[in-house]
Amino acid sequence: MTTPGVARPHGRLRLSGLAWRRARWGYLFIAPWLIGFVLFTAFPMIATLVFSFTNVNLAQTEPLRFVGLENYQDLLGDRQAWDSLAVTLKFALLALPVAVCLPLLVALMLHSRHLRGSGGFRVLFYLPYVIPFVAGVLIWRDMLNVDSGWVDGFLRFIGIQHPPDWLQDPTWIYVGLVLMSVWGIGAGIIVYLAGLKGVPTELYDAALIDGAGAMASLRHVTIPMISPVIFYTLVLGVVEVLQYFLVPLVLKNGTGEPGGTTLFYNLYIYKSFFTFQNMSYGATLAWVLFLIALAVTLLLFRSARRWVYYAGEAR
Amino acid sequence: MATLEGNADPREVSVVRRRFRATRVTGASHPRVRGDGRRSFLITLIAVLTVAAFLSPMLRSAMYAIKSTDQISQAGTPVYPADPVTFTYQGKDLPILRVPIDGTVRELALFEPARKQSTFIDPVAPDAAPIVWLGSWRTLENVWEFAPHWENFAKVWNLIDYPRLLFNTAMIALIRMIGTLLSCTLVAYGFARFQFPGRTVLFTLLIATIFLPTAVTIIPTYTIYSKLGWVGTWLPLLVPTFFANAFDVFLMRQYFMTIPTEMDEAAAIDGAGPFRTLWSVLLPQAIPVVVAVAIFHLVYSWNDFFGPVLYLSGTPDLQTLALGLSRFNGIHFRDPGLIQAGTLMTLVIPVVAFLLTQRFFTRGLVVTGVEK
Repeated sequence: MTTPGVARPHGRLRLSGLAWRRARWGYLFIAPWLIGFVLFTAFPMIATLVFSFTNVNLAQTEPLRFVGLENYQDLLGDRQAWDSLAVTLKFALLALPVAVCLPLLVALMLHSRHLRGSGGFRVLFYLPYVIPFVAGVLIWRDMLNVDSGWVDGFLRFIGIQHPPDWLQDPTWIYVGLVLMSVWGIGAGIIVYLAGLKGVPTELYDAALIDGAGAMASLRHVTIPMISPVIFYTLVLGVVEVLQYFLVPLVLKNGTGEPGGTTLFYNLYIYKSFFTFQNMSYGATLAWVLFLIALAVTLLLFRSARRWVYYAGEAR
Repeated sequence: MATLEGNADPREVSVVRRRFRATRVTGASHPRVRGDGRRSFLITLIAVLTVAAFLSPMLRSAMYAIKSTDQISQAGTPVYPADPVTFTYQGKDLPILRVPIDGTVRELALFEPARKQSTFIDPVAPDAAPIVWLGSWRTLENVWEFAPHWENFAKVWNLIDYPRLLFNTAMIALIRMIGTLLSCTLVAYGFARFQFPGRTVLFTLLIATIFLPTAVTIIPTYTIYSKLGWVGTWLPLLVPTFFANAFDVFLMRQYFMTIPTEMDEAAAIDGAGPFRTLWSVLLPQAIPVVVAVAIFHLVYSWNDFFGPVLYLSGTPDLQTLALGLSRFNGIHFRDPGLIQAGTLMTLVIPVVAFLLTQRFFTRGLVVTGVEK
């Protein structure tokens, strides 16, 4: 019926047969992901939701039953859950601006036509990104040490008598953690650089003719033109910061020291599950995190219509 | 945004391709104007200082890795690895100190230390009469000379069973890389070259998984692995990679879409099936993206901490370097020299791999970042 090379009196019918065959190949090729999506994403997500309405735990003593919204009620009254959420938000407020702006500043510097050897600088700024995260944490922990660290050594050198004990002092801990996170800006720099390369030079020329200085052309040409890249960095930064907990886990062994300031929301999820073996409550916390992440992401995508400019799209 | 919807706008696609093929992301796009040498010097100087500050923790780590334990435990020692200089006199090693005498500072060997006054020998003229100096010798500074101590590396090598951890890390990274390459190539090919109902929805779903917090799937997943008896084996780390991941599928699909379909069609007319077309037409043209994904995943897997800590915490023999280092830190945290030596031994391979292949690396990142 579908032998190729035959004249086509029933062209449409044959084409749809062929199209169907192509479609089947398509499904076959994406099958690994589809199966994986069901096994490792969709099913566990639903299971997590179901867990949150039951009383499953690893050391099951009481009979398994449906508890309705009990876990969510517990969550509302759980001081520690709220505190850990506050910790995550506080850290996010400090870490996000740095994660979005710092790579942009470095990229602007590397993009400058006055800079010699920008390729070499790009490699060096990206380099720490490939350092295993545990290694990075241990390097920075000692770097920020109040006695032997170079940061405080430098601060003393320039005349600051009592530099902060970054990772032990509750006042400075988030600044310390943000300093550590600086090693992750490599990917952002590369992406920003590519965005900067994509800005048509005519726009700068036009701005120059209109009498715009460097700052004005940055504000009115560069920033709007690379706003999709800023948006991308911001969204990924939000997703990352909401899940932040591995650094404090390695640094403080998950204790939340100093004074509970490093008991991040995600850390609390993993503790409820792995330490307290309470799967239902962990699942409840996890679903709440998912809803928060979803809400924030949707809000960002919605706000993007106002400030993100996509060249070639009528908006 | 348009590329996300799955419509291959030829203009946009050619940009992706050019960007990927271009030898450098940033090149000499602006003609350098003569006469702004001073500005150039200033900006380059700022860049040098910034990058020096940015990488200084690495330098510090390297210094500590080759410092002796004695030096680390003393205050007021040089920043570089050094030993106190000694002078052998009458079969004994005497420390050389900086002694202020008559307004000048002399470097003398401490012969007879005592609380109120000490006797020194001049190393230049040891046969001359000993010099008596009034004051506490403890207030004097040592004279140091550069002396790297490599023994920390040997100690770490044995203490954490480095060869085994290295083997585990490399094997896991290799198998995961193979799984990722196989599955992501197939899935990307399916999304790039075949029309089927629901393609756009499925692709959007795939991209959406990037934004999904891990916590929302981990509890049932862990429970199932636990019931299957997979906790304490490599399987939870390896098996999922054979089911593709959003980042690498996206990267490969974007690249596949830049390759003209004429060649595919010619191959199909010659009787090649879809698998054959993928293997002999598409893949040879997609080497850069295949290499990029391979290196990405190798480094990603090498550096992964969360997977190993979840599934391999109880089985030290199967652990990776990252996890081994964290365990090592729990035991030897009082010995910064050892910790930093272990740190360097963990990071050296991904760093070297990156430096050798950095061009593929940065190009891959550009595609994922800019095209969305």
